[in-house]
Amino acid sequence: MSTEFEAQGMAPGAHVQTHGTRLSYLIGLGYAVVLTLASFWASSTDLVYPPGVPILLGVLAIAQMGIHLVFFLHISSAPDQANNILALAFGTFVVGLLVFGSMIIMAHLNHNMMPMDRLIQMQR
Amino acid sequence: MSAAEQALESGDAVPLSLRGPAPTRVVAGYGFWLFLLSDIIIFAAFFAAYAVLSGETAGGPTAADLFDKRHVLIETACLLASSVTCGFGSLAVQSGDRNSTYFWMAITFILGVTFLSLEVSEFSHMLELGAGPSRSAFLSAFFTLVGTHGLHVTMGLCWLIVMLLQAATLGFQPMVSRRFFCFGLFWHALDIVWIGVFTIVYLGAHL
Amino acid sequence: MGRLTWAAIPFDQPVVMIASGTVGFVIFCVLALVTVKGWWPYLWREWITSVDHKRIGVMYIILALLMLVRGFSDAMMMRSQLALAAGHAQGYLPPEHYDQIFSAHGTIMIFFVAMPFVIGLMNFVLPLQLGVRDVAFPVLNSVGFWLSAAGVLLVNVSLVVGEFARTGWLAYPPLSEVAYSPGVGVDYYLWSLQISGLGTLISGINLTTTILKLRAPGMGYREMPIFCWTALASNLLIVAAFPILTATFAMLLLDRYCGFHFFTNDLGGNPMMYVNLIWCWGHPEVYILILPAFGVFSEVVATFSGKPLFGRRSMVMATMGICVLSFLVWLHHFFTRGAGADVNAFFGIMTMLISVPTGVKIFNWLFTLYGGRIRFTVPIYWALGFIVTFVIGGMTGVLMAIPPADFVLHNSLFLIAHFHNVVIGGVVFGVMAGISYWFPKAFGFTLNERLGKAVFWCWFFGFYLAFMPLYVLGLMGATRRMQHYSNTHWQPLMLVALAGAVLILLGIVLTGVQLAVSIRQRERNRDVTGDPWNGRTLEWSTPSPPPEWNFSHLPQVGRADAFWAMKQQRGTAQDRNVKRTYQTIHVPRNNPTGFFLAFFAVLLGFSLIWRIWWGAGLGLLGAIVVCLMQAWRTDGEIEVPAEKVAAFERLHGLKERAV
Repeated sequence: MSTEFEAQGMAPGAHVQTHGTRLSYLIGLGYAVVLTLASFWASSTDLVYPPGVPILLGVLAIAQMGIHLVFFLHISSAPDQANNILALAFGTFVVGLLVFGSMIIMAHLNHNMMPMDRLIQMQR
Repeated sequence: MSAAEQALESGDAVPLSLRGPAPTRVVAGYGFWLFLLSDIIIFAAFFAAYAVLSGETAGGPTAADLFDKRHVLIETACLLASSVTCGFGSLAVQSGDRNSTYFWMAITFILGVTFLSLEVSEFSHMLELGAGPSRSAFLSAFFTLVGTHGLHVTMGLCWLIVMLLQAATLGFQPMVSRRFFCFGLFWHALDIVWIGVFTIVYLGAHL
Repeated sequence: MGRLTWAAIPFDQPVVMIASGTVGFVIFCVLALVTVKGWWPYLWREWITSVDHKRIGVMYIILALLMLVRGFSDAMMMRSQLALAAGHAQGYLPPEHYDQIFSAHGTIMIFFVAMPFVIGLMNFVLPLQLGVRDVAFPVLNSVGFWLSAAGVLLVNVSLVVGEFARTGWLAYPPLSEVAYSPGVGVDYYLWSLQISGLGTLISGINLTTTILKLRAPGMGYREMPIFCWTALASNLLIVAAFPILTATFAMLLLDRYCGFHFFTNDLGGNPMMYVNLIWCWGHPEVYILILPAFGVFSEVVATFSGKPLFGRRSMVMATMGICVLSFLVWLHHFFTRGAGADVNAFFGIMTMLISVPTGVKIFNWLFTLYGGRIRFTVPIYWALGFIVTFVIGGMTGVLMAIPPADFVLHNSLFLIAHFHNVVIGGVVFGVMAGISYWFPKAFGFTLNERLGKAVFWCWFFGFYLAFMPLYVLGLMGATRRMQHYSNTHWQPLMLVALAGAVLILLGIVLTGVQLAVSIRQRERNRDVTGDPWNGRTLEWSTPSPPPEWNFSHLPQVGRADAFWAMKQQRGTAQDRNVKRTYQTIHVPRNNPTGFFLAFFAVLLGFSLIWRIWWGAGLGLLGAIVVCLMQAWRTDGEIEVPAEKVAAFERLHGLKERAV
């Protein structure tokens, strides 16, 4: 198993040492199980302020994705991972823009372009 | 004096960006990583469509009517477990251990098939109820988003079979090892997408 | 045979039958000539199954040139129709026909002319500029090219078997839904673009990986040529934006084939969502096209001014800034759709902001020219024409970025004039500059200069004559996609526009003449040094044309404008007298995977269009078998023995060139 840095960086998920990363998968599994159960709990509990539940679910989902990236895909801030992080950041940027941008724009459009009969219904 | 020469003189390691063409393993891994990101953007477009259309039930069944959380929890457990077993399988490939590879990848395959059959049963139940994709925009978006994920899982499982055949016939030569590595990336990425799916589609429905 | 019947062939439309008949006859003659001359083995071995980036780059450009002829003939038909159809006159093209023509014109020009031109140039140049032997994934490179060709084939088949879409080049629903477009036209559009879109995505992944992971030793990001930076930005945009197109078209296909309700009028569908998503792709797409053109101009302006590019760092930052900002402006394509003032204001401001980095680039080029010893070659003509023309187009764009102004001008001929202004002035001029600049590298001889300048002047004056009247007409109220108009005062302007189109046609014809004449004069114009322009970057350090392996030794790079630095150090173009030791070089072996995958893709696409389900199954199965065969291929490389490399170097040893 080569432990030198490879030229031009490591691919995500590449293993540096064999025995070390078996543990990383198990740790990742542990965290992921806890966070997943927390998500399921959060969506059906009365203990959390209801308008805050979507945000809690969002945070838990991002945390779970982070666990996968770090423990399964071995993304880190090491210099050989720089290209991978940049690509991931760009991808995340586009995904966020696409999803949230579409939601905002479509919400505005739907509100402004509501058919007349629905508008009247809303006013009744 | 070039940047590379400066680095060598001052005793630092030559920066990665100056070392010349990367080895094939790194090149293949990065290219596949980019492909995965592009795949995730396809999912993002389907997520966006779902987010916009999830309320458009056209008088038909709503999310709360249709989704069963326990079912989804089992599916999630299957996929999460398969990610870990896939990871163990990748380690086995790295060390060239044939039997260990077959073992862990077989478990991954079984868990994946379990996930798929659970999903297919859910879909067919919905179709029986008349809640198919042509019933409303919400259902179109649901079936497309979740169905595309399921299609990716199916293709992943087919790929896994091909990879196991390659390992059996060609051995663990660098080309095969690289491809197993890419499969691992793919499989983990599918689990990441599933996190988004179960959170937004299934857990979001019950709010 | 699904819905396919003999009625699909429009025997009753003489224009179509004559056009297809002529094209069919020409294709038959070409194939017959190739067969009679026995060129098939050569073509198969050297071109069709080649995985060499230089060959694939050239094939992309040939594909684009052929489709330019088809797309431009659509343009001529539109211009002549509009010159005639004023007041009571109806012209010669009925609306159903005219609608297909403008839809085909836009689709072909963007997807099958501009994209292949740009991808072809990047393919050819990048490995040479980066100082490496090939792109990251040579076999995938071939696959990407042949999938694009498959899309081209499907679009052209639609001319003679069936019909094309009548929905414009973006096929907005609900018009593109089954309820309003029940024929096969939209299906042809969707499947050919899905197939070629896959090819483009493959190319994007390939070239991004090449730029980031495959560079000569010592070439860091600071030493990389500017063309490589713009190519990086463009390919990152491809990887990020094309999936949106794929997904959106998939949703429309599901609506059409499986009765889904994403964009239908009923059962909750939202046609606006399509418009939103398609422009999320559409805006980055135009930057995908223009950024490599900017890169070409950076190279050309620096080379022919005899100076390094002014403001290198700001150029790079402007490029990457444009890359990110291009994702933040897409709503300006549908200001009038009712998102409201808040949303419109945000996107209006962002659109105006994105013109700032472009302005930075223009100033950098101007400052590079200033104080330089400018050589007025054909590439510099295109560059100077670009600077003037693109700035005008950019200004009209910034004008329309103001939502209230856009409410007056949206979908008018003013808009048409604007985007042709930037696409022709930017992308076309850039590609023409790139072709004339790198042609000697690809083929070993320069193009005829006088004819090249004639081509430029035809395009330059032709463009202004054709499109300046359209700005005026737009302000007068003329809309786009208009088959006929009642205001006869518009006709003189339409006639001027037709004259401009004819001038551009002359330019295209002269391009063909230039090619023929240059080939005849090739011995006179041989490039023996590999460096006909006294260039600054590494591609000029290779012989013209370069060997399959590009570089016998990977160059050691020390700074930007690496070749210029080498020349300063040694005083000649190549140091031929040093005894060099050569090693065995591994080059990728030819591979028919790309060609066969494309074959099955055409079968799959055509069958899906006509609902021939067994054909689709066969196509899919064939594609899978080809992939599996490639998966088990272990002999992917051939060895070029050191003696062969040495012999090549001796034979093509570059003569000394005084600097």
